Amino acid sequence: MSLQVFTFLLAGVIVVSGAIGVVLSKNPVHAALFLIQTLFGVAVEFLVVEAHFLAAIQVIVYAGAIVILFLFVIMLLGVDRAEDMRVEPIIGQRPAAIVTGGALLGLLLAVIASSDSLTGGRSQKGALDATDQLGAPLPNVNQLAESIFTDYVFAFEVTGLLLTVAVVGAVVMARRIPGALQPLPRTALDASREAAAEAALSEAAEDAADDGVDVDSAGEV
Amino acid sequence: MGELTHNYYLVLGAVVFSIGAVGLLVRRNPLVMFMCVELMLNAVNLTFVGLAWGLNDIGGQVAVFFVMVVAAAEVVVGLAIVVAIMRRRDGATSDDLSALRG
Amino acid sequence: MIDFVYLVPLLPLLGFTTLVLFGRRLGEPAAGWLATAAIGGSFLSAVLTFFGLRSLEGEERVVTKTLFEWVPVGDFSVDVAFLVDPLSVAMILFVTGIGTLIHLYSIGYMHGDENYSKFFLYLNLFTFSMLMLVLGNNLLLTFLGWEGVGACSYFLISFWFTDEANASAGKKAFVTNRVGDWGFMVATFLAFATVGSIDYLTLNGTASQMSTPVVTGIVLLLFVGAMGKSAQFPLYLWLPDAMAGPTPVSALIHAATMVTSGVYLLTRVNGLLYEVTERAGWATNLIAWVGVGTALFAATIAVAQNDIKKVLAYSTVSQLGYMILAVGVGAYVAAIFHMVMHAFFKALLFLGSGSVIHGMDNDQDMRRYGGLQKLMPITAGTFIIGWLAIAGVPPFAGFWSKDEILLGAWDSGGLNGKALWLVGLITALLTAFYMSRQVFMTFFGRYRYNDPDASEVDEAWSAYLADAEATSVSASAAAAETAQAHTDAIAAHAEASEAFSTAKIDAATVSGDDEESAKKAIEAADRALTSSAEAEVETKESSEAASAAATTASVALGDAQAAESARSGPALGEPDDAGEAASFLPEAVAARAEHHPHESPWHMTAPLVVLAGLSIVGGILNLPFTKGLHFLEQWLEPALAHEHVVNASAATKWILAFVAIAAGAVGILVAAQTYLQHRRDPALVERPILADAWGYDRVVSAFMGGPGTKLFDAIAWFDATIIDGMVNGVATTVRDGGSVVRRLQSGFVRSYALGISLGSVALLVWFFVRTAA
Repeated sequence: MSLQVFTFLLAGVIVVSGAIGVVLSKNPVHAALFLIQTLFGVAVEFLVVEAHFLAAIQVIVYAGAIVILFLFVIMLLGVDRAEDMRVEPIIGQRPAAIVTGGALLGLLLAVIASSDSLTGGRSQKGALDATDQLGAPLPNVNQLAESIFTDYVFAFEVTGLLLTVAVVGAVVMARRIPGALQPLPRTALDASREAAAEAALSEAAEDAADDGVDVDSAGEV
Repeated sequence: MGELTHNYYLVLGAVVFSIGAVGLLVRRNPLVMFMCVELMLNAVNLTFVGLAWGLNDIGGQVAVFFVMVVAAAEVVVGLAIVVAIMRRRDGATSDDLSALRG
Repeated sequence: MIDFVYLVPLLPLLGFTTLVLFGRRLGEPAAGWLATAAIGGSFLSAVLTFFGLRSLEGEERVVTKTLFEWVPVGDFSVDVAFLVDPLSVAMILFVTGIGTLIHLYSIGYMHGDENYSKFFLYLNLFTFSMLMLVLGNNLLLTFLGWEGVGACSYFLISFWFTDEANASAGKKAFVTNRVGDWGFMVATFLAFATVGSIDYLTLNGTASQMSTPVVTGIVLLLFVGAMGKSAQFPLYLWLPDAMAGPTPVSALIHAATMVTSGVYLLTRVNGLLYEVTERAGWATNLIAWVGVGTALFAATIAVAQNDIKKVLAYSTVSQLGYMILAVGVGAYVAAIFHMVMHAFFKALLFLGSGSVIHGMDNDQDMRRYGGLQKLMPITAGTFIIGWLAIAGVPPFAGFWSKDEILLGAWDSGGLNGKALWLVGLITALLTAFYMSRQVFMTFFGRYRYNDPDASEVDEAWSAYLADAEATSVSASAAAAETAQAHTDAIAAHAEASEAFSTAKIDAATVSGDDEESAKKAIEAADRALTSSAEAEVETKESSEAASAAATTASVALGDAQAAESARSGPALGEPDDAGEAASFLPEAVAARAEHHPHESPWHMTAPLVVLAGLSIVGGILNLPFTKGLHFLEQWLEPALAHEHVVNASAATKWILAFVAIAAGAVGILVAAQTYLQHRRDPALVERPILADAWGYDRVVSAFMGGPGTKLFDAIAWFDATIIDGMVNGVATTVRDGGSVVRRLQSGFVRSYALGISLGSVALLVWFFVRTAA
C-alpha cells in the first residue's frame, strides 16, 4: 500500500465519518462542525491528487467562509436547538429516503465498477503534467490560472456577475422591513400540530385531575 | 490495493453523495439541509478532481472552481431566505413552508 | 404615375383614422369637409393612376403593385398587393368620384345630426374597404374589403340605431350578407385547395387547366357571394330594408358602390366564367336567369311601392339583375358599362329623393308629394334627367348600357337568348312605368302635401260623427229635462191654487184681529197662484223648444251617418272629400299645411347637377355606332380576355334598339295616362300582392320566426352540446386529472426532493441498463 493510498484512505474515513455526523447530529451547530471535518478531509483528498490550489480554497472558502456563515446564521437566529429526530411528519419519507439513498449508492458503485477504463477525450491543452520551456513542471496554480483566464474567461466573468447578484439579493432579502411582518400562512401541519398539543394538554389535565392537582397549574407545565 | 486510481475518488464521491442525499431527505432543519447540499456538492467536486487526475487534464479542476463559486452564491442567497423566514416564525422547519401546496 | 394607386385607399384610411381620433373635436362641418377632402384626394389619385395606366400599351396595362407579403405558408403565399388594370381603375374612378359627390352632399344632409363626425368616419371607412375590395389582387384581400363594406353597411343602415326598425334593418342586411359570404369563403377555400393560389391573374390564367367541377364550383360559389352583395334573388331581402339608413348611405352603398361588388367580382374572374360557359353552360345560364328573373321580379314590386326610397331600392335590385344577366351571357363590358351608368343615375335619383325628403320634412310617402317641380326646381330637373336615363330614353346614359345588355342577351344564342332578351325587355317596360309613376307622383300633378290621407280622413270622420252623436244625445237629454220642469210647474200650480182656496176658506171662518192676517195670507196665496201660472207658461215654451232642438240634432246625426256610409273610394286627390269633417282633421295635417317645401342647400344640389350631367352624357363612354366609339370596351380589353363578341348584324341591332325604345315609351305613356291624366284607376297596377313583394319577405320572416327558429335551435343545441362538449370534455378531463395529480403537490420541499432523487435513481438505472445491454 503506497503512501498515496494510505493518505487517501485516512482522509476518506475522515470525510465519510464527518458526512455521517452532519446527517445524524441533532444540533445544527454540531452538524456544522462535522461539515468542517468533512471539508477538511476533502481538502486533503485534493492534495493527494496535486490539486493544490483547490485544496487551499477548499479550506479558505468552504471551511473558512461558508461554514462560518452557517454558524453565524445559527447563532444570529438562535436556532441551535436540537431537532427531534424521532418523529417524521411526512409518512413514509424516511424509509423512502433510505431506500433511495441506498439505491443511489448501489447504482453509482455499479456504474463505477462496470467501467474500468477511462474513455473520455482530452482537452487540447492543460495537461496536469505540463512543463515549461525549461522542462520544469508547471505549478498547479499557474495551470489553473491560465485555463480560467483564457478558455473559461467568459464563464469566470459570469460567475463574478452571479456573485454580485447573489450578494445584492441576500441584502435585499435579509434586510429588516419596517413595520409588522407578514405572518407565514397557516398550513395543515400547523393545525395537526396544534391539535396534538391540545390533546396532550387535555391529557395532562385529565392526569392532573386524576391526581387531584389543580388543572390551571397543570396547563402551565 | 496497489496504486491509487481515480476509481477511489469515484467511490468516495458516490458514498458522500448518497449520505448527503439521505440527509437532505430526512432532515427538517433548513440549515442542516443546506449543509447536506454542500456535502453533495463536495462529493461531485471529489469526482471532478479524481477524474481530472485520472485523465491528466486541468479542466476538471476548473469545473470544481466554478462549482465552489456557485455554491458560495447559493449559500448566501439560501441563508438570506432562511433568515427572512426565521424572522417571521421562530424555529420553522422546511415542512412548515408548505403554503404552495396544490 | 401608377404608384399613385397606393394613395387611393390610403387617403380614406387616413381620413378614417383622423376622424376616429379627432372627429368629435373637429365637429361640424370640419369633420365632413375633412372626409370629403380625403375622398376627393383619393379621386385625384385615381385619375393620376388612370393616366399612368394609359401611358402603357395594351397588355402591359395589367400591373401588380405589391405592398408586402401577408400570409406566407409554405409554397402558398398571399400578398397585400393591388391589381391595377383597366377594370379596377374604372371601378376606383367611379367609386371615388361618386363617393366624393356623396360626401359633399352629406355635409348638407347630415346637418345638425348629433353623430355628425361618426357618420363621415363610417363613410370613409366604407370607401376604404370598397377600394380594397376593388384593388385587391387576390380573393383574400378582396374578402377583407368585402367584409369591411358589409360591416360599414351594417353600421350605416342602423346609423339611427335608437329606432328599433333601423337597428333590425341593419341586422337583416348583415345576416343576409353572411349567407353570401359563406359562398365567397368556400370558393376561396376551393381555389386554395385545388389550384393552390387565390390571386386573380393565376386563377384566370389557369382556368383552362382546372377540372370542370372545380371551375364550375368556384364560379357558382362566388356567384352565391355576389347574390348576397349584389342583392339577387333569393338574397335580395336586405336591400329594400336598408333604406332605413340616411339617404346618402342609400346612394353610396345601395346604389353606386357596394352592391356592384358582386358584379365586379364575377367580372374579375371572367377567365373562370369563360371556361364555365365553354364546358358547363348551364351554370352561366343559371346566372343569367337569376339575374333577369331578379330584374323582372323586383320591377313588378317597384310598381306598387309608395315609399320614394323603396321604389328606388327595388329599382336597384332590378338594375343589378340586368348586370348579372350581362355577366351571365358573357357581356362583361356591358355589365361594367351599365354598372357605371347605373352608378351615375341611381346615385342621382337617390340623392334627388334625399333632397325631396329633406325638403318635405322627412316624409317619404309619395302619395303626399305632387307638384314639387315648382318648389324644388333643381331637384326636379335633375331627378327628371335621372328618370329619363333609367327609363332608357335615348340619348341618356341608361339607354346605351341597357341596350348593350339586351343585345348581349339576344346574341347569346338560341331560343334561350331570345327568352332572356324578352324578359329583359318586359323589365325595361316596367322600369319605365314605375319610374314615370314616381316622377309623376312626386313632381307633377297637384300639390297634395297638406291633403289628409285615408286614415286621417277616417279619423276626422269618426271625430265628426262622435261630435254629432254627442250633440244629439245632449239635446234630447235637455228636452227631457225641460219636459220634466214643465210637469213640475203644472204640479206646483195645482198646489198653489189648492193653497189659495184653503186660505180663502180659512179667512171666511175667522174674525176680528185675525181678519187682518187672513187677508195677508189670501194676498200671498194669490201671488203664489199668479207666479205659478206664469211658470207653467214658461216651462211649456222651453219644453217645446228643447224637443225641437232634440229633433234637429237627431236629424243631423242621421245625415252624418248617412254621409259617412255614403263615403267611398279613395280619399286621395279630392279635397272636398273631407267635407264638413275638415275642421276635425288631426293636428298632423294642420302641421303639414304649415310646412313649405324648399330647395336644398348648394352642397346638396351641386352633386345632383354633376351627376345629372354625367347621366346625360355618360353614354359617350361606349357608343355602339362604330368600333372607334367603343371607348370603354377598348379600355377594358386587357382585363377582359374573354369578352363575348356580338355577331348580330347592324340591322338587328337597330331593330332591337327601336323595340327597346318603344317598350320604354309604352311604359312612360301608360304611367302618364294613369298618374297624370287619371284616366285609369291606379289600383289596377298597384296590387296589394305587389306592394307586399309577392309575400316573399313575409314568408321568409314567418319561416325564420317559426320552423326556422327550431332548426337553428337544434343547430345551436348541437353546437353547445356536441361541439362545445368535445372542447369542454377535454377541459374537464384535464381539470379532473389535475385535481388528482394535485395531491402530489404536497408543498413539502422534502417530498419534492424525494421525487428528484427517485428521478435520478431512475436515470441511473436507465444508464446502467443501456451500457449493460
